[in-house]
Amino acid sequence: MATAAITAERENYLNREYGIRSWLLTTDHKRIALLYLLSITFFFFIGGFFALLIRLELLTPAGDLVQADTYNKLFTMHGQVMVFFFLIPSIPAVLGNFLVPLMIGARDLAFPRINLLSWYLYIIAGVMMLHCILTGGADTGWTFYTPFSTAFSNTKVVEAGLAIFVAGFSSILTGLNFVVTIHRMRAPGMTWSRLPLFIWAHYATSIIQLLGTPVLAVTLLLVVLERALHLGIFDPTRGGDPLLFQHLFWFYSHPAVYIMILPAMGVVTEIVPCFSRKRIFGYKFVAMSSIAIAVFGFLVWAHHMFVAGISLYSALVFSILSYLVAVPSAIKVFNWTATMYKGSISFATPMLYALGFIGLFTMGGLTGLFLAALGIDVHVTDTYFVIAHFHYIMVGGAVMGYLGGMHFWWPKISGRMYPEFLGKLAAMIVFIGFNLTFFPQFILGYLGMPRRYWQYPPEFQVLNVLSTAGSTILAVGYLLPMVYFLWSMRYGKIAEDNPWGASGLEWTTTSPPPTFNFERTPEVTWEAYDYAHIPAPEEASVEP
Amino acid sequence: MSHSPSAVEQHNPALRHHFADMEQQRQASSLGMWVFLATEVMFFGGMFCAYLIYRYWYFNEFAAGSRSLDIWLGTINTAVLICSSLTVALGVRAAQMGKRKLLVILLLLTIVFGLAFLGIKGVEWYTKFQEHHIPGSSFSADDLIREYPQIRIDPSHEQIFFSLYFAMTGLHALHMIIGVGIFTFLTYYAWKGRYTPEYHNPVEIGGLYWHFVDIIWIYLFPLLYLIDRKPLK
Repeated sequence: MATAAITAERENYLNREYGIRSWLLTTDHKRIALLYLLSITFFFFIGGFFALLIRLELLTPAGDLVQADTYNKLFTMHGQVMVFFFLIPSIPAVLGNFLVPLMIGARDLAFPRINLLSWYLYIIAGVMMLHCILTGGADTGWTFYTPFSTAFSNTKVVEAGLAIFVAGFSSILTGLNFVVTIHRMRAPGMTWSRLPLFIWAHYATSIIQLLGTPVLAVTLLLVVLERALHLGIFDPTRGGDPLLFQHLFWFYSHPAVYIMILPAMGVVTEIVPCFSRKRIFGYKFVAMSSIAIAVFGFLVWAHHMFVAGISLYSALVFSILSYLVAVPSAIKVFNWTATMYKGSISFATPMLYALGFIGLFTMGGLTGLFLAALGIDVHVTDTYFVIAHFHYIMVGGAVMGYLGGMHFWWPKISGRMYPEFLGKLAAMIVFIGFNLTFFPQFILGYLGMPRRYWQYPPEFQVLNVLSTAGSTILAVGYLLPMVYFLWSMRYGKIAEDNPWGASGLEWTTTSPPPTFNFERTPEVTWEAYDYAHIPAPEEASVEP
Repeated sequence: MSHSPSAVEQHNPALRHHFADMEQQRQASSLGMWVFLATEVMFFGGMFCAYLIYRYWYFNEFAAGSRSLDIWLGTINTAVLICSSLTVALGVRAAQMGKRKLLVILLLLTIVFGLAFLGIKGVEWYTKFQEHHIPGSSFSADDLIREYPQIRIDPSHEQIFFSLYFAMTGLHALHMIIGVGIFTFLTYYAWKGRYTPEYHNPVEIGGLYWHFVDIIWIYLFPLLYLIDRKPLK
């Protein structure tokens, strides 16, 4: 392990070149990861701003802060920005981009220029989305349901659709790069059964990105064409079928949820063994459950349409298949807990996020089973129960995983430690704020409060006030890491190469890594998560 | 991006810094194209799915629309594309054997076939334009209703057939245009002598793309032109 002084002077990917050109024309996967980090953080705060406005409007039963039309646009733009411009690129494009080559001992992704192209596509899509937002935005909901989106809405549906169309290609190219890199660029000795499970999770994610996103692209293209030329493909008055749109849309958009959650599961699978000082329990099952989630994920889409008029028999089949997804998800949860069992657990910040993830994901997953049951689904369809359920997965799951991963790998990314106390504090604030925001929404939904309305009966106010209060706490929890990450880049303690005593090739190189990642191509002779043979760091990350 | 840290053995200039050797680079780019083609299958798949459903529902309209397409131009275009696939395959072989002149000729021939296809397609679309079969406000199926009084034709369902026809052939033509663009670059670099028996992946994966676009047409042709050509009773 190199000493701190040497690490600071050594040439690395951050100090090798300076200047705006060296960033905007870089093909280094680590620099592109940072470009993504900046851009998705920007969109995260835009989407969060819309969320806060939504919660403020719902503070009182009457529609007083905004009018119905504006409210429709707010939740639409919140959804579109958060799903397509934050959650889907979040872990893959930032942490995945940074870590996939490092973890398998490669010098870069297989196609560095395509990697840069995918970032530029993302930026083009982002500019289109921003333009759409600033000139009025769309009001269809992020789901673009026809025939409202094609025949009735008089907002910027075409522009929003095209922005997401372009963003989709960015996502496809990232997935393509990962699949080829994982297949072809592994270091000698890095067999499939020695891959970190983060890699397996990203492999499964990439498959979904590759096979799902094109279907969304062509669906949005048809919506745009239909709106512009009045084709009639989704218009029931002209023989078209709006249900066909829903089938095509959810064929991508349900697996899209797994694009968000699988990488977060990969992050948690790295963090839990490290802070339990134990090998992961059931490596093969965790790896295969990622693949199983990707495969089953493609076979459950119609559970979004149980009340939309599909036949009872297909609803039955989709209900059963939706239950099946719970099996690989549960395997993961059980294996994380089994890994911690009799482990030597330390509660560093990444571990707090990982533990938060396990709890919140379990709740989100179990309420998903409620919704997969045909009878209960009729009762809670399009209520706040659904909102709470998928926010437990997307925010409680994916965002917790993302933040946990950012803390875990921040020493590697920046070469500096973040302040541990503030880190723990922020993790607690996020956990409390999150539950206060979204748990009341389960109750609201069960009591019958529908989603997507700007006003509600007065008896729902107490729970709505709780939820709004929680959202402001959550906002503080999200701002805090941004502040201390920035602070730590200059003033943080210099990070060692392997501050957590973690397994994985990324920790064998310097912090931050050199441009070509490794001085010499590593040769892997050990199994993954070999914690029996890795000494714990002396301080064990339990500073006061 | 100067040189990799462990560059000792003699270096093919076409080897990019992050690959260990030419074989790894070749395998990576070929796998990359195959994966990309998988996404393309899904991209067209959404439209094939829509086609399937509406053809099942509105068979009469689809059959009538299909009859109105020019089967001879469609057949000629199919032949043209199959010939272009042949020249691509021979081109890859020429690149493997390092025959520069032959490679350039074959790539040029491919481009000519591609442009011929697009030209014929353009003629077909222009005819459709004259017949008011372009979906939109001036769409009219009156000619088909007069021509086939035996079957019931709903103009809005007829429009769905032509919407899918234009969306599918249009998207295919877009891929052809991109293909011609790619092959123009390939021809230029082949002429400059960049491709050698050791390094010709661009020709190979460009060829993969071209074959894929051909295969899409091989499916589009029967689905759109040959729905029901039996004489009506």
